[in-house]
This record gives sequence, C-alpha cells and structure tokens, in this order.
Amino acid sequence: MTSITGKKREKIDRLAELAARDDERGVSLWREAFRRLRRNPAAIVGAVILALFLLIAIVGPFLVPYPADAQLWKGEIRDNIGYFPGPRADNWFGVDHIGRDEFSRMIVGARQTLLVGVVSTLIGLAVGSLIGGIAGASAGLGGKWGRAVDNALMRFVDMLLAMPSLLLAISIAALLGAGLTTVMIAVGVVSVPVFARLLRGSMISQANSDYVLAATSLGVRKPKIALTHVVPNSLAPVIVQATLTLATAIIEAAALSFLGLGNNDASIPEWGVMLADAQRYLDAAPRLAVLPALAIIVTALGFTLLGEAMREALDPKLRK
Amino acid sequence: MTESDILVEVRDLKVHFPIKRGLILDRVVGHVKAVDGVDLSIPRGKTYGLVGESGCGKSTLGRALLQLNPPTSGEVRFDGVELTTLPAGKLRTMRRRMQMIFQDPMSSLDPRQNVESILTEGLQTHGIGADRDDRRRIIGETLDAVGLPRWALSRYPHEFSGGQRQRIGIARALVLGPELIVADEPVSALDVSIQAQVVNLLDELQDNLGLTYLVIAHDLAVVKHISDVVGVMYLGALVEEAPSDRLYSEPLHPYTRALMSAVPVPDPDVEDRRERILLAGDLPSPANPPSGCRFHTRCPWAQPTRCADERPALREIGGSRVACHFAERIATGELRPHKVSAQIVRPEGEGEDPAVVSAPTEPGSYV
Amino acid sequence: MALLEVDDLSVTFARRGQRTVHAVDGVSFSVDAGEVVGLVGESGCGKSVTSLAIMGLLPKQPGLRVGGKAVFDGTDLLQLDDRSRRDIRGRDVAMIFQDPLSSLNPVIPIGLQVTEVLTRHRGMKGEAARKEAAALLDRVGIPDPRRRLKEYPHQLSGGMRQRALIAMAVACRPRLLIADEPTTALDVTIQAQILELLKELVRDSGTALVMITHDLGVVAGMCDTINVLYAGRVVETARRRPLFRQPRHPYTVGLLGSVPRLDAGRGERLNPIPGSVRDVLTWPDGCAFAPRCTRRVDECVGEPPELVLTHDGRSYRCVNPAPVPGTPPPQATTTASTGAADDAAASTGAADGATAGPVPAPREEEKP
Repeated sequence: MTSITGKKREKIDRLAELAARDDERGVSLWREAFRRLRRNPAAIVGAVILALFLLIAIVGPFLVPYPADAQLWKGEIRDNIGYFPGPRADNWFGVDHIGRDEFSRMIVGARQTLLVGVVSTLIGLAVGSLIGGIAGASAGLGGKWGRAVDNALMRFVDMLLAMPSLLLAISIAALLGAGLTTVMIAVGVVSVPVFARLLRGSMISQANSDYVLAATSLGVRKPKIALTHVVPNSLAPVIVQATLTLATAIIEAAALSFLGLGNNDASIPEWGVMLADAQRYLDAAPRLAVLPALAIIVTALGFTLLGEAMREALDPKLRK
Repeated sequence: MTESDILVEVRDLKVHFPIKRGLILDRVVGHVKAVDGVDLSIPRGKTYGLVGESGCGKSTLGRALLQLNPPTSGEVRFDGVELTTLPAGKLRTMRRRMQMIFQDPMSSLDPRQNVESILTEGLQTHGIGADRDDRRRIIGETLDAVGLPRWALSRYPHEFSGGQRQRIGIARALVLGPELIVADEPVSALDVSIQAQVVNLLDELQDNLGLTYLVIAHDLAVVKHISDVVGVMYLGALVEEAPSDRLYSEPLHPYTRALMSAVPVPDPDVEDRRERILLAGDLPSPANPPSGCRFHTRCPWAQPTRCADERPALREIGGSRVACHFAERIATGELRPHKVSAQIVRPEGEGEDPAVVSAPTEPGSYV
Repeated sequence: MALLEVDDLSVTFARRGQRTVHAVDGVSFSVDAGEVVGLVGESGCGKSVTSLAIMGLLPKQPGLRVGGKAVFDGTDLLQLDDRSRRDIRGRDVAMIFQDPLSSLNPVIPIGLQVTEVLTRHRGMKGEAARKEAAALLDRVGIPDPRRRLKEYPHQLSGGMRQRALIAMAVACRPRLLIADEPTTALDVTIQAQILELLKELVRDSGTALVMITHDLGVVAGMCDTINVLYAGRVVETARRRPLFRQPRHPYTVGLLGSVPRLDAGRGERLNPIPGSVRDVLTWPDGCAFAPRCTRRVDECVGEPPELVLTHDGRSYRCVNPAPVPGTPPPQATTTASTGAADDAAASTGAADGATAGPVPAPREEEKP
C-alpha cells in the first residue's frame, strides 16, 4: 500500500506496543482454563464443598467435642425398644447405636473417607497412567515392537476391566484380610483400566496431530516428542477423569465397607462403615444412615461438579 | 541446466497404504495407491506447484518427499543425497535443510507451547546458536522476516488470528535456515484478505532468501500465482507438468482443461464467456483405480483405443510434460469432446487424506 | 414488491460477563423472484447468521435477540410462530448447507429423507412419493436414482451428497432457495457441477436464490445482485458487472485485489488488505473497516457512515469511496485525494486519542 506514510506506520507500531504492554505475558492454556473455571458457578459450588470437606478432614479431628470411639452415653440406650437419643444440645447429631456421639464420628470419618478416595484414585492414576503412557507412546512411536508392547499392555488392561470390582476386592481381602488397605487397593485397581485407556487413546490421537508431524519434520527425536508434546497435551482428560474418579472412589469404598470388607477397626469411624452399622437401626434411628449417606453424596457431588466444570474448561472445542 | 541446479529430484515415487480388515488378525485386503509413480524435479530457487483435487495424493507426495510418510518405493534425491535409504540420524540432521508449512495453523502448532518455545525447539534440536542470546537474536530476525512483532514471543498460538498463526508456522520452518520448504495448502484455511498477505510473504521470502518451494494446494489460482512450474495430479500420478503461464493458456491434458475451466474467476466478463468442461461423476477410489489411463472414465475425449488399457507415460510436448495418448490431436481440435455419463463412485476415504483409511483401527505413528 | 425483503435485520448474542456480540447489525437487502442474490464476505461478517435468522434456525438460547424484518411474500418470517414457520420452511423457502454430510441424517436412507419432505409438505405417500423422489434425484444428476434411494449418506461421495441435499431442498419447488457456502467443501470440478446445477434450477423454475459465499469467483459467475458484508453490515450493494468493474467501497476494492487470478501473469504481487478481521471498530464508533482501510479520513471515525445511494440500485456505506475510473472524483484528482486521505489519517491518529478512543491498529503488519 503506497498510501501508508511513515508517520502512520509509526503510529501503528506505537499502538501495537501499547496493546502488547497491557498484559505482558501470554495466557497459557492452563491459565485460561483456570480463568474459565472461576467463571463457572458449578465449579465454584463444587470447589466450596470440597474446601469445606478438606477443612473438616484436616482440622476436624482436633476440634471435635468428644472422642469418636468413647461410648459416653451407653447408659441411655434402650436397644430393646429401639431408643437412641436424638439430636440435642450435647449431641448435635444424636447418639449412635452403642452410645457414641454421632457428630464427632461424622467429623472424624471425613478424614478416613478422604484418605480412601485420594489414595485409591492415586493408585489408579499412577498405575493406569504408567500403563497407558507406555502403551500410548509405543503405539505412537509405531514400528512392529511398539505395537506389540501396546497390544500386550492393553490386553492386560482388558483383563482387569473384565474383573468385577467386588470380586477383586474379595480376593484381595482374602489375601490381605479385610481392612482399609484392601478397600483402597481394590478401588484403585478397578480404576486402572479407565486411566490407562484414556491416556493411551488421548496420546494416540495427539500423536496423529499436525504439530507432532511438525516436530518430526523439525528433526526432534521421537522420545522427546512423546514427552514434550504428546504427554502434556494428553493430560487434560486424565485430570478431569481423576477428579470424577475421586467421587466414585468414595462411593465404591463406602459400598465395600458397607459389605464388611472395609475397615473393621471400630475405633476409627468411616462413613461407609457407619452406614453399614446403621442398617440394623433404620426404622428406629434413620438419621444414623441418612447422615453418612448424605455426607457421601454431597462430597461425591462436589468432586463431580468440579470435574465436569474442569472438563468444560479444558475442552479445546469449547474454547473461543 | 546442470546437475547442481536441481535441488530435489523424485524418481518413480510410490506410496501405498495397506487397507486392513479382520477382527483379530489384520489381513491386508488391498492398497490405497496414494502416490503411484511420480517423477519430478525442482530447480533450486524455484517454486514447484502441485495441484489436484482431494484424494489425488498431493499431500502424501509432499510428506513422502520429506520422508514423513515412508515411501513404498522410488527415489527422492535432495541436493544429491538419496533420502529414502538415509539412516535415521543422518535424516534428522538433513531435516534442517528441508522444512514444512502446514495447512491448518492452529492444529500444527502445539497449543501448550508459546511462540518462543515453538521457535526454539528446532534450534535446540540442531544445535543452532551458541547460547540463549544468540538464539534470541536468530528468532528475532525470523520474526521480523515474517512480519510478527517481538511481543509475540511470550504469547500462545490461541491468542493470534489465523493469519498470524500461519506466520508463526512459517517462522518455525524458516528459523532453521532451510533450502527447501514444502508448503501444504499454506493459505486454504485463511480468509481471502489474509491469504493474499501470506502469499505475498512467501513470495518475498523466496526473493530475499533464495528458497525453493514445493507448494501443494487445491486452489489453482493461488498455485499458478506463486509457482514457476505446476504439476497437475490425478489419482496418484502426474498428468501434466508445465510452466505456470502455459498451463493456463495451453492446457494439454483433458483433466487440466476441465480443472482450468472449473475454477471461478472473479470477473463477470470472463465467467460469461467461458466454456465449462463439466466432468461427469467423482474421483474414482485410489484403492481401485481404473485401468489404463486413470482419467479415461471421466474424460470427455476418451477414445475407444488405448485409453482404457494402456497407461500413458509423461511425454514432452512443446515445453510441457503430458500423460495423454491423444494430447496433440486434442490440442489441434481434431478430436472433439463427447458426453460422459457419470459412474458411481464409493467414497472410500473421500475428501480425506488416504492415510486415514488405515488410521482408525491402527495406532498412528509419529511420522 | 420483492419476494424477500430483509429490512434492518439484527442479531445479537448477549452473554453474562461478556461483551454483547452484534453478529448482524442492521442488514437490509431484497430478493426478487427468479433473481440470484449474493451475500459475500469473510468469516465473521455475519452472512451465515443472516440466513439462519431468516430461516428461524438460530439455536434458541438466552441472550439471543433478533430484530428487524424479513418479509417473504407479505409475511414477516421473524414474527411467525414455530408451527407456521415450519410450514413455510421447506415448502416456500428452502436451504442448502455447506457440509452435506452433517446436514443429512446418517442412519436414515437418502430415499426416506427425501420422501419425508414430500410427505410433510406435499402430502405424497408410498409409491408416488418414491417415484417423485427418484425423479428428483435424477433431476439433480444422481445416476441410478432408484438404487440410491435405499442407500445411506456415507455411501455417497461428497458431490452426490450435496446433490441429494439440493434434491431435498427443491422437492417442494420452493420460491426461495438459500444456499450457504454450498460448494466450499467440494473440489473445483465438483463445485462446477453443483454451480451449474443451481443455475439450471434457477433458470428452469424461476426460483430465487440467495447465494452465501466467500468466493468472489463464484459470485462473478452466478449472481445478479451482490451484497458485500463486513462486520455485520452490508457495505456495498451493486449489480454484478458494476461491482467487479467499479467497486466503490474500499473493502470491496481490497477483496478484489487480494484474490490471485488464474488469468493473471506470474510475478504480480497481490494487494492484500492489511490487518485481520479482528481489527474492527464497532459500528456506532464509526466505520468498522476504518482500522484496515487505506482510504481512511477524519470522518470515518466518530459516527457510522451513512448508506450512499447512487443510480442503478447501487449503494455503499463509505464517506470516502474509491473513485470511479474515468470520472474525476468530486473534490480532487485521484492522487491528490490519496494524499489528502493520508494526511487526514495521520491527523485522525492525533485527534482520536483524545476524542473517539484510539482506532485499533492492524495487528498484522502489511507487506508493501
């Protein structure tokens, strides 16, 4: 364009610089996803629930009014006529079937529940991502051997997938005995295939993308491509899945505890065990079942809300 | 023209993708002949344009030339070095000298890398630049060359407009100081007004840096504008190759004629005067190409002899190379076009890269 | 009275926490029976949203507001309830979309999708409908139509799918056909076939056609009247020949200069429009094209340019239009006015910082 004078060009440059200065650093995808997360009401609700849950799990046990396993009100219980003291000034949530303060047990139980959820998800995430990552990288790297490794790993994952979680938990319990560890391993192992398949699928689709081809044409080595391009771009769905798995892990752990495979140490309360114990007193004191059930549901909901919001925030298709 | 003036020489290049069926054991039931015997050479400092419709194998050819798709057979010689048999390590070193520009600037840039890291990656790989400052200097010069401001460095691809993203893609290729650039549909994802900016940029870079281009595009007008020589592909093979002006003024192959007459020109007078050669039907499947001349099923000039059973080789006719048995007689008007009835074509990988045919069940590879 | 009279159509998307988007900002144009009208522009200019708004096909979502009028044969399409709109859609007004694969239902055979239209609007059933459907497929050039009726969309090639879609659109002999980038997804030789088919349909049946495209070449061969859109407004309207021969709006001039031509020689540089479509001024603040415009003057910023009507149904929205070749422009000669524009642009730069807010500079640097 001949009509552009030097003066005008200068002005354009100046404006461009001004525009650049208003936020000096670029916005990475993670930061942008976080921005969008903050704008999503569902994410806020989920985050608030989880923050409360975390707070209770961490500091709760130090603040409870009574020790969780002290049967302080044993004398008041009339088991034969089904009387258990209900909510009152001393015991906000009432007293449980052997005379312990239900409120204290709920608070202390949060820590156990969090522990089970987090540890079992971490087991699933670590083992699953390792298998999926190796399978995805070998499949992506191509070649006969890569495909063989991928095939072998994925058939192993299919085997895991074919095993019902309950059966798995029972067999692990048979080996290790019932207990919290058993529950965590069982729930964790069940989520291994989910993470493995997710990461592998995500990596393979990323491996077929143009920017991987571009990196290849730059002459970058394949292992480096896998680590610097493929893995970082494949993580988003895995992170979302981990958040959602936390919710199901808590529920599953509760179910296994309910069936008696979980924590049998009565001194450490856990929501699933409390639920199991309460079933015999459902008509006499439904609150003993309703309260832990509600706690489990709300916590799971918190994780699910946050997970779904993260899915939206991280989805490249919804990005404007 | 002496040997050293030719930068790229391709001889009888073939790229066949296996079509696999079967539930447990993959059985090869056929091949998609994406590229099926192509000869071409690109002189140093010139632009070779490759046109053709989707599925004709032009993108596959470009990738095979850069050894991003392993060729099934044939030779690719780059500056005298045979690439198809080059060991992996040497090939990687060689990549510095031949770079690629992609169609979709968004998907060809890693969304989690900022511009600086995109541009540094290649420099680090090839050990170009003594230290960080030296690399920064090289990157800065490249940004100037493609018309991007310095503040782009800390930004991420999604923060740019389409045209700017394509400039980033060009900068990534350019920063290594290559001699050959393969541009696969470099402007087709961009808006009209931005296309022109990028086309001009490519032109300018060639003038300043003496680059050699292989431009692959479906848009004839763009290819003709930017290229010295244009090759027209149909079903995996070159049907005509000619200097770009000649290709428009004197197309010799019936397919080229049809293609030229089909491209809309933004001028009502030209449009009204033009005689359209409408081709019947669609592109046949590259998995099962017609016998003889691949174009004979749709060719308005097809003759009962030779066309259906004898595959025409590229022949030199007055400065062009044409793969048609009857090119001269068509040019003189001795043969008249006739009506062709459309045939049914199954859309096998229709509109997509033939590579996709085996992709869904097959884990992809990085190449 | 024209067949379709679009008057001051506007579409805004308001979202909480985000700036309201004026996708279409007062678009007016008219279509006569048997006429081919083009809506031309780049991505984001509002051409597709315009057509969807006319058809009532915009996804219903909170924050969507459609204003203005779209009068088709005496009834305002925008005021209709869903039921009567569905009656008109497909029968009187039909639409063809860009992507034929996603516009066809993948799990229903082609035949059923065509007969469905015939049953819904023409009350045809059974063998009669099938016969008519086969005739339609034959009409749009699909070979062996009887067998095609039983096939599914994925069994047809892209060109054939688009033909099937056109068959469905013309099944009820609509009086108005809206084609939204009908050939963008197709190869050139197939594009030529489809364009030829559309021309034939218009010629034979007197259907009016609104052709929405970004391809100036397609427009040059097809349209009688052309509307050039930029940032949600019509910036220039003209008959086909005058538009290409004497474009007045600088954006039209720029578009024509950006397209490489098959019949031009090698080595000629293109004249791109600097900047990108992101560099817009909002219309109330002045001409949206001003930040990218080479003919920018003081008056461009401040208030939106009025629509200037000239003879022959021509109009443009510009205060400093490109001069008509051969006739001296009203105030000065060509060269002088360019110089004036430049000085003016520079002074605008000095002034606008204080008054109208800075004109966003083109982010993409232009190449001389």
